[in-house]
Amino acid sequence: MSDSIRFYLNGTLIERPVSDSTQSVLSALRYGMRLTGTKEGCAEGDCGACTLVLGSLEGDKLRYRAVNACILFLPELDGKDVYTVEGLRRADGTLHPVQQAMVDLHASQCGFCTPGFVMALYAHYLNGGSFERAVLKDVVAGNLCRCTGYGPILDAGERIGKEASSDHDHHGAAKRLSALKRDVPLDIVATCPISGKPKRYQAPLSSDELAHMLVEAPDAVLLAGGTDVGLWVTKQHKRLDHVISLTAVEDLRFIRERDGWLEIGAGVRHSNAMDRLGALYPDLGELLRRFGSVQVRNSGTLGGNIANGSPIGDSPPPLIALGARIVLRRGDVRRELALEDFYIDYGKQDRQAGEFLESVHVPLPIADRIFKCYKISKRFDQDISAVCAAFSIRLEGDRVCEARIAFGGMAATPKRASRAESALMGQKFTEATMRQAMKKLADDFAPITDMRASADYRLKVAQNLLLKAWLESAGDEGPLRLVGKEAAHV
Amino acid sequence: MSDQSMAPDTASLCDPIHGGVAQPITHDSAHKHVAGAAFYVDDLPEPQDMLHLYAAQSPHAHARITSMNLDAVRQASGVVAVITAADIPGHNQIGAVFKDEPLLADGEVFYNGHPVFVVAAKSIEQARAAAALAKIDYEVLPAILGIKDAHEAQSYLEPPQSMGRGDVKTALNRAPHRLSGHLSVNGQDHFYLEGQVSLAIPGEDGDVHVYSSTQHPSELQHLVAEVLGVASHSVTVEVRRMGGGFGGKESQAAIFAALAAVAAKRTGRAAKFRLDRDDDMIITGKRHEAEIAYDVSFDTDGRIDGIRFEQFIKCGYAADLSLAVSDRAMFHADNAYYLPNVEIKSFRCRTNTVSNTAFRGFGGPQGVIGIERVMDAIALHLGLDALQVRKANLYGGPGRDVTPYHQQVTDNVIPEIIGALEKETDYAKRRAAVKAFNAAHRWQKKGLALTPVKFGISFTTKHLNQAGALVHVYSDGSVHLNHGGTEMGQGLMVKVAQVVAEEFQIDVDRVKVTATHTGKVPNTSATAASSGSDLNGMAAQAAARTIKERLVDFIAESRGLPKDQIRFQSNKVFIGNDFVTFDDLVHEAYLARISLSSTGFYKTPDIHYDRDSHTGRPFYYFAYGAALSEVVIDVLTGESRVLAVDILHDVGRSLNPAVDLGQIEGGFIQGMGWLTTEELVSDAEGRLRTHAPSTYKIPVASDRPDAFNITLFSNTNREATIHRSKAVGEPPFMLAVSVHSALLDAVASLGDGTQLPPLDAPATPEAILRAVEAVTAQNERGDG
Ligand SMILES: Cc1cc2nc3c(=O)[nH]c(=O)nc-3n(C[C@H](O)[C@H](O)[C@H](O)COP(=O)(O)OP(=O)(O)OC[C@H]3O[C@@H](n4cnc5c(N)ncnc54)[C@H](O)[C@@H]3O)c2cc1C
Ligand code: FES
Ligand code: FES
Repeated sequence: MSDSIRFYLNGTLIERPVSDSTQSVLSALRYGMRLTGTKEGCAEGDCGACTLVLGSLEGDKLRYRAVNACILFLPELDGKDVYTVEGLRRADGTLHPVQQAMVDLHASQCGFCTPGFVMALYAHYLNGGSFERAVLKDVVAGNLCRCTGYGPILDAGERIGKEASSDHDHHGAAKRLSALKRDVPLDIVATCPISGKPKRYQAPLSSDELAHMLVEAPDAVLLAGGTDVGLWVTKQHKRLDHVISLTAVEDLRFIRERDGWLEIGAGVRHSNAMDRLGALYPDLGELLRRFGSVQVRNSGTLGGNIANGSPIGDSPPPLIALGARIVLRRGDVRRELALEDFYIDYGKQDRQAGEFLESVHVPLPIADRIFKCYKISKRFDQDISAVCAAFSIRLEGDRVCEARIAFGGMAATPKRASRAESALMGQKFTEATMRQAMKKLADDFAPITDMRASADYRLKVAQNLLLKAWLESAGDEGPLRLVGKEAAHV
Repeated sequence: MSDQSMAPDTASLCDPIHGGVAQPITHDSAHKHVAGAAFYVDDLPEPQDMLHLYAAQSPHAHARITSMNLDAVRQASGVVAVITAADIPGHNQIGAVFKDEPLLADGEVFYNGHPVFVVAAKSIEQARAAAALAKIDYEVLPAILGIKDAHEAQSYLEPPQSMGRGDVKTALNRAPHRLSGHLSVNGQDHFYLEGQVSLAIPGEDGDVHVYSSTQHPSELQHLVAEVLGVASHSVTVEVRRMGGGFGGKESQAAIFAALAAVAAKRTGRAAKFRLDRDDDMIITGKRHEAEIAYDVSFDTDGRIDGIRFEQFIKCGYAADLSLAVSDRAMFHADNAYYLPNVEIKSFRCRTNTVSNTAFRGFGGPQGVIGIERVMDAIALHLGLDALQVRKANLYGGPGRDVTPYHQQVTDNVIPEIIGALEKETDYAKRRAAVKAFNAAHRWQKKGLALTPVKFGISFTTKHLNQAGALVHVYSDGSVHLNHGGTEMGQGLMVKVAQVVAEEFQIDVDRVKVTATHTGKVPNTSATAASSGSDLNGMAAQAAARTIKERLVDFIAESRGLPKDQIRFQSNKVFIGNDFVTFDDLVHEAYLARISLSSTGFYKTPDIHYDRDSHTGRPFYYFAYGAALSEVVIDVLTGESRVLAVDILHDVGRSLNPAVDLGQIEGGFIQGMGWLTTEELVSDAEGRLRTHAPSTYKIPVASDRPDAFNITLFSNTNREATIHRSKAVGEPPFMLAVSVHSALLDAVASLGDGTQLPPLDAPATPEAILRAVEAVTAQNERGDG
């Protein structure tokens, strides 16, 4: 058993014992290693001031991702190629082109958000994507700046795209990292500095190992991307005595097509799922584009979003509307169920002790299915839904032969609107029919009032989204979007 | 390019210095910002044995503490000290203006989140965990949470104030048209990216050195001294930079600095008080929420005859800066419009909520949005284009130049600005395009609005309009610059350095910007009211001039030349037909025992104000600007987007156009956030529910309009400000009122063109949909 983790930090191999396995990387950098360039603006993954770049091997491909250090537990760095803002300067001390562009275009004022922006742009630069304005806005959607108004930062991004291209040695880095691969799982046992009790962190190397560990320790907290679990520690100040991490479980990261289904492993990160799902269902792609931010999608997994069971999670409504199914596994026993049946009540899912989510199966598109989904929030990017709505409708002739309508934010769980669905079934697909279903929605849901929206608004907007779905699929005005690819007309 | 070997010709001899005034040079710390090498308080190396502070907060909005047992807290692991009101060595008081703000609750709590006691422990986790072990009993008392309740209970910080001119009553009754209405405007959290933080280090003689993220080092010093019960000379406050301030670190930083100092003194160990985002948002004050009611009369062109405003300002539990903020809301109730007969009544509501404070605009925005709503209401009522109504009411023309506080507007450029913007943006064409879009689209509507800003520059509290600076020239010719202003990202340091570089005619990199330090320049004012470069630029210039004069005297005497033959230029000093480098001259002067260090001082001339009658000349000058915003709304969901913004803004003769453009854009986007996505929500117990970025949504990059043009209006300040520049920090914030007005325009397009939609601020999707429904319901009833 080893209590030490190994990773490269700004090109240098670090081997470090971990005394507190749920200490954040941000805190370890700032207060343990005196690398204070990485900032804390929120400690909940929402501001991007703590952005760093994490390189990891996916299969034998090395991929760099911007992630939030504030909600990343220190042991998760094991085996990674980590860059912080301090590591960007060239050997001769000059600024990296990403940094220089930020300076030249006056992209910093108070400078507190700046390291985070630099790192978000640096990750994008390493991966060599497009530097068009629209893309850049997504690249920095997880970074808040209260001073600049963002224009100069986007300008800097465009300049980087024009003038610089990555000279990073991916090959060398991949080689270095493969040397850090483990044959036995990382297993850290340390004493909690506050409670004095033992605290354990395990990172199994396969789903079989995971399955057995979980059966042995059914009370352990399963950690995927940590974009929910991290906040239990940084915001709710919970102590997690035993964590089992999916970080090294490569065989839960598959995406494959089989028998009319797209099967997605529970460990697949949103940023990897997004393109595949978006290609099948453009509206789902757009929803995932607005899911958190690059940093959140780079850590967070589809499995985590589903398993977390939040009534305002964004992937369950569209997946329920599409008729997705999930596979749960305990030890060597698997069972499959419809996703909608997984959600029992607020905070309660159909998951037994020692069981974990192995995969999600999403039906492939069929020709006559109309699929629409919407996310309503105060801000378009990086916000949590007040209401999330998804519609899957099939017609036979001019009549509705299948209606699956699912909502988030309307009840204690992600839930289908069964009365509204009934109002559509067998009816002509007309505005009048939709208006009938809109009325029925009031019988389906009694939403709550909270800081995101009032009950009245939730119900009203949910009803209007029904109308919108109809207008967009049968009306003659075309798309009615304000953002995303379909908003070109405004 | 001139070759090295070539003899220097006069042209290259006289190359302009790098970084003189008016040059768009980069922020002095930019290269450090991007490398993570700029230090903020929490980045300083932590002294050995440093303690971390955590404040336990009241769970009630108003309650009496009937018993408090902190034994378990004291015994918890890692805890070194627990501090309550009784443990404050001096005064338990940090009220900036009134003494009504206890540092720690003393027997009674006044808002949900009010700090009750503080734990100092070896780690922040230990401090927080220990605080949870306290046993405190409260007797819950009735709480006043909102403006309405406060007004009904007449719970005010001071008697209602009134400002005005002319005969409002007669004017309201005689004009052909009269309207009244009402607007609610929510508060706003500063959301500086760096939260509040102070680090106190104990010294000898019971002194403390405080590193703080504050806009007001001098006040912090004085308050810390009072709390410690020592003289001000025992406390030193140092600020290199803040990760944003926006007014939120003007008075509010004091509580954390004072508690860190108390802990440091008590334990003899360094103590750091750094708030996490949630605690920061819960404990510290915000922009004042306001209710604005108007009653206005006007002619058929929409020109106002009489107007009465009632402004209800939610101040929170203590005065803080609320009286001055409320005053400024009154000062800006006219915005850029001449109001012949006007009365502005202001109610400063005391509530059991966090004590609201300074925030960019300092009450001005609440005043401005009130009158801009009136303009829209008049336009809709008369079926006129709102721009036409605005233009009809602007200051300008014979006799139309006196404000409600009797100051004459002598530097008015707003008609020119609006005219130029209207022309450049082809307003009429844009208006037609919006109409066409709206006719073609049933479910999306666009809106357009062009609104002006006139903002008064000066602290309205006269004595604050002073500043000091300290300039040293070292014997190698390098310059050390210090002044009372603080850097929060606004580019103050680089601007003042440019002023000094210009004065000495040396490259700006020869001028070292240093941390603001109460030991160097004493009794300074807050870096606030947009006044930073106006005041400190002048003080630094004065200091540099003193040294320069000594140098000139020295040369004149040593060379036996008249002074008018001595000229500083291009890193050199030209003496008759000869020249020496600045550095050589300085060295020579040093050997000749010439003093190369000086202080400088400045006070704004010609301002006066009588607060009893609310008349005088509170402002040295006005800054102007205008913005045209185009928006689109989704009729089904209430979502909206700002599509295009054009700004023409007056900064006088800019000290640094790059910095000024940054202030304009940043201010605008911040104002847009206030009026659109940023919504503070509290529950029935007065508990803030939006205390982190997960629930409180400031604009992100994609909220910035794709078409965003900012132009500096070519102007020079008529007053003798530093190089005839104008202040820029706050005024652009209010340009964003055009966004709210454009949203109103979009919603109104759903009606018959005369209905005023009930759209409050912020215009969240929910608020917009509510307004849409109100207008369409009225349509359906046919009673528009
Ligand atoms: C800034 C920010 C923005 C966000 N924005 C959004 C958003 O727009 N929409 C949205 O829906 N959510 C959002 N979230 C929430 C979060 O990102 C998602 O729920 C995410 O998908 C969780 O995945 P994860 O891998 O990080 O899960 P984790 O945090 O690791 O785990 C979440 C829960 O799932 C459990 N779990 C994880 N994997 C499995 C498994 N294989 N089997 C069984 N249980 C498992 C964990 O034990 C835990 O209970 C946001 C979060 C942050 C911090
Ligand atoms: S500190 Fe805000 S995202 Fe990490
Ligand atoms: S520069 Fe201050 S927050 Fe971005």
